[in-house]
Amino acid sequence: MEKIPILKMGQFLLVTIQVDLYDRLALNLEADLIHMVDKTGAKGVLIDISAVNIVDSFMGRILGNIANMSRILDAQTVVVGMQPAVAITLVELGLPLRGVITALNVEKGMSLLQSMTSNNNGEEEETSEDDSNAN
Amino acid sequence: MIVTLTKDEMMVIKEQDVVPFRNRVKEYAVKIRMGLVNQTKLITAASELVRNMLNYANGGKILIEIVSRGRDNGIRLTFSDKGPGIKDIPLAMKDGYSTGKSLGLGLPGAKRLSNEFNIQSEAGKGTIVTIIKWSNG
Amino acid sequence: MPIDVAKILHRKKKQILEDWITGQLTNDGLKEELIGNGEQRTQSEELLNALLVKLSSENGRSENTDFDPMMEILEDISIMRAKKGYSPRETGVFVFSLKEALLKTLNEEIKNDPQTLYEESLRISSLLDNLVIGTFETFIKGREEVILRQTDEITEISTPVIRVWEGILALPIIGTLDSSRTQVVMENLLSQIVETGSSIAILDISGVPAVDSLVAQHLIKTVSATRLMGAECIISGIRPEIAQTVVHLGIDLSGIVTKSSLASALSYAFSSLRLEVRKINKEARI
Repeated sequence: MEKIPILKMGQFLLVTIQVDLYDRLALNLEADLIHMVDKTGAKGVLIDISAVNIVDSFMGRILGNIANMSRILDAQTVVVGMQPAVAITLVELGLPLRGVITALNVEKGMSLLQSMTSNNNGEEEETSEDDSNAN
Repeated sequence: MIVTLTKDEMMVIKEQDVVPFRNRVKEYAVKIRMGLVNQTKLITAASELVRNMLNYANGGKILIEIVSRGRDNGIRLTFSDKGPGIKDIPLAMKDGYSTGKSLGLGLPGAKRLSNEFNIQSEAGKGTIVTIIKWSNG
Repeated sequence: MPIDVAKILHRKKKQILEDWITGQLTNDGLKEELIGNGEQRTQSEELLNALLVKLSSENGRSENTDFDPMMEILEDISIMRAKKGYSPRETGVFVFSLKEALLKTLNEEIKNDPQTLYEESLRISSLLDNLVIGTFETFIKGREEVILRQTDEITEISTPVIRVWEGILALPIIGTLDSSRTQVVMENLLSQIVETGSSIAILDISGVPAVDSLVAQHLIKTVSATRLMGAECIISGIRPEIAQTVVHLGIDLSGIVTKSSLASALSYAFSSLRLEVRKINKEARI
């Protein structure tokens, strides 16, 4: 039975989906992921779907489930790498994907997660006083 | 007037049959040189409908045809099952309506993704859903 | 005493071919091709062979010209001529001169049986006439494909995606926005977002003449798709009339950032990316 590998990257977990998820595989992924979040205390989950050609409502539900489960365990989920054709199809399909945050690629997803989870870092943001505004 | 150019049939009775079915649909779509977005819409619609068949009717039979109308080529998929049937079709075609634990997007979603959509169902007798996606649709 | 027409024609094949080529030479367009390259002569031979095979194998009735070797050869010729811009007349003349050559031979060979001569002439005639109709259809199909391709190209050209700044894309949409155009716009935009790694797309609709609920739906879909890709969309170029129409139609654009001009959209985009545009102080610093 195939298992989808989950990588630990710092405080985050990275899952790369490269095969078509059928029911049992998807449920296993949900379970494995949530256990890992719990075990490692991860603050964020990155799901890379850049190799996924078809996202139907079943897959959408899985993504939503993962986001919700992770949030309950205090971790944020970001889905990255959605293919353009998939995005266009999802909009037409009417899939709400509520609670799922997206980013263009793993790099942007990581920095998004970092900014979402490190706002207690104590870094002060500079406020610059402008003498003129371009408008 | 729609002309059938090729005919193919597949049975889907367990979840492992879904992926080969999707791949077969993709093969035909590529054969008629359908663009990527339309391909994705077609296969996603097919995925929705085949899951419906599995979840509610223990699977069924799918007819895959290349059809042509005038200059356009397209793929026609006919999903037939001998399941419980749908009592209230207009209700089933509403977004969010589901008798199972799904999101209720299968039927109306598949309709939006296809160019032509037809559904026939009788309670207790089964359901037949037909969709067409034109190559330039 | 059935006369085997197919056998007769087979026997006189060389003569028929010569007569046919002579007939072709009377048409300037065909003559040019004949002299220019040997292909037309080869094609003539192939066609004649295919015809003779057909006549000897079955009744020679050609209602179904779909997978007919004769039709295939003619289609190739037809399409090639259509692409070169020739009129379909030449291909028609091409086949008609074959008909004449065949009928001439029949007339010479079937001397004592006018009834058979008449019947066979009619049969050959209708077979070849059908082929000519086929070549005209193919020609038209070839031209229509050119038109379709040009339409696609026009659609492509009229939805350029401009890299305004690092991370910011601008799409001036010109003309009406229907569902097929919207799909092209979305495809272009999204693939550019992937390629440039942009996070903001500005859709400028000052070139869109009218915005009704359908067009608004297309815009909203484009914005949603962009969001799924992790980028944000700003709609600019909203004329006052459009704002009026949108409100009157009860269209809800509340989830979308809208600006009246491309400039203000750009300014908004800059501040979203924490960028700032400042006037440089003219006085030299010491």
